[in-house]
Amino acid sequence: MDTTLLIATAIKIGAFLGLTLTFVSICVIFERRFSAMIQDRVGPNRTGIPLTILGFKKDFALPIGGLTQPMADGLKFILKEDFTPSYVRKAFFWLAPCMTMVPALITMAVIPFGSPMEIGEHIIPLAVADLSVGPLFIFAIASLSVYGITLAGWSSNSKYPFFGGVRSCAQMISYEIALGLSLIPVLMYFGDLNLGHIVEDQVKNGWLLLPLWNEGGFIIGSGYWGQEGLLLRWLLMIPLVITFFIFTTSIFAETNRTPFDLPECETELVGGYHTEYSSMKFALFFLGEYAAMIIGSALIVTLFFGGWSIGFGIDGLLPTGAWWVSLIHLGCFLTKVTIFILFFVLVRWTVPRFRYDQLMDLGWIVFFEAALINIFLMALLMAAPSIGILGTLFGATILIVATIILVSIAKSVTKPSSVRSV
Amino acid sequence: MEIYIFYFFSLLAVVGGVMLVTFRNPVSSALSMVLSFVGMAGLFIGLNAYFVGIIQILVYAGAIMVLFIFIIMLLDLNDETKIRFKSSTVIAGVIIPLMLVIQVLGVIQMGPEDDSFTPITREVLAAAAESEALAGQEKIREILTHPTSPQLPDTNLIGMTIFRDFNFPLQVMGILLLVATIGVVVLSKRSSKSSKS
Repeated sequence: MDTTLLIATAIKIGAFLGLTLTFVSICVIFERRFSAMIQDRVGPNRTGIPLTILGFKKDFALPIGGLTQPMADGLKFILKEDFTPSYVRKAFFWLAPCMTMVPALITMAVIPFGSPMEIGEHIIPLAVADLSVGPLFIFAIASLSVYGITLAGWSSNSKYPFFGGVRSCAQMISYEIALGLSLIPVLMYFGDLNLGHIVEDQVKNGWLLLPLWNEGGFIIGSGYWGQEGLLLRWLLMIPLVITFFIFTTSIFAETNRTPFDLPECETELVGGYHTEYSSMKFALFFLGEYAAMIIGSALIVTLFFGGWSIGFGIDGLLPTGAWWVSLIHLGCFLTKVTIFILFFVLVRWTVPRFRYDQLMDLGWIVFFEAALINIFLMALLMAAPSIGILGTLFGATILIVATIILVSIAKSVTKPSSVRSV
Repeated sequence: MEIYIFYFFSLLAVVGGVMLVTFRNPVSSALSMVLSFVGMAGLFIGLNAYFVGIIQILVYAGAIMVLFIFIIMLLDLNDETKIRFKSSTVIAGVIIPLMLVIQVLGVIQMGPEDDSFTPITREVLAAAAESEALAGQEKIREILTHPTSPQLPDTNLIGMTIFRDFNFPLQVMGILLLVATIGVVVLSKRSSKSSKS
């Protein structure tokens, strides 16, 4: 093993782990302030050191507004009493919070945070593990976080947490299918599972959902229109937009956030799977949820919005491999991720919660079928140039007939529950 | 370095397997099986078979074992405190692993000599990209000779093998699985109706 690579990897692990955890705390402040804006409140806009409890006359208010609120929140969690009820299954009760937090943090290993950096003769990709199975790795490790929530519900040895755990388990398994199937068109388009390669492809040919430039230049130039397969590229936007919609919604469901937060539905389940948890153990669930949200946003940005690329052909003007270029790209990536996190927060505070049967119907009947049809649509469009007009029309007919049959079956299944004869 | 990582994951797999058998609590057993799967996945990844390793985690640890745990929790099985081994189970437990060991020994006997191992480097990948077998596979060549991070495109190669060379067996297997799935749905539906009436 090369020492330079080893040191670089160690630095990358430390830096990206730190970055993700910092982002978690940024998420918290975003969530609180943004929700306050939506609900016409002020939100936490001041934090300080409570000197009065030490006998001083006045509290000391920090002059940077509410920005240190996450630190105060964290301190609160650490200082709270860590109470373990006597009837819980101890070992699993302790294991569960770790098993939600750790997978979320491991998945960030394959995300390319910036363009590859040249140090000496080495080219160092700004991802901890530049694997050839990037998105699959994320799905595999993220699917392990089901254990944490399920075990938390079960080991609490109490009714409502158990319901929360079971709900969450069912929900995550259901939406994993939609998540995996919806991604296949994207993988078909790129033909490559390495997230670094995917981003570099988007630097050249335009972001997946924004193909406004290609190797010939920007859309207003004549070089853009001279490229081959331009019509096909724009036609492919249809399945890709469907994919984006299904994928993003499934990420919401996977991270257990509103409108899919049935596992911690307060009106029905007290607090859900973490009812019996307190102090730092509760905070770990919290952190795990936010970390999963960040990784989800990072994956959406990497696959659909060009990852670290600045876009619009600007990346081609910058020298490749210089360290400051990598840092600019890192900043660009983090900006995009932040925008998506704000979108997550916006959805959480505007869309009401689903009912549980609606949630299952959406996952199994709508998204599952839509993702399947979408795969065939993508395949048909991609094969169209090589199979000729007749072949394409034939395929399109079969696809349309199959879609109509599927939709009619789905409609008969999703009648209102009072009509349904169960 | 590599050898220690190999030993670490082997130990994980073996310890997980032993714990699976020895734990009394079914949930602990299921979780140690997950541990064993993760160790196995690590071994696959150590052999550069990223796709197989990840699928190991995704399918077995992430989906099948979750269902197992789900069922164990719903049935609320208590600790199996008194396990009496029947002689038939002990004999089966000896014979089946023995058969597997003999098979593994046979595979090892047939395997290549030690010195035929070549680590995967940029040059090896570039040479592989020029080989006859990959003629016309532009995407795979592109991955093999990528300027910043050339890699073994194991997913693409597995896909080519399964979907092109062994397409018919794959279709047959797909139909078999479909039949099994439909069978399960039919069986479970029937039992629920009869219980109601």
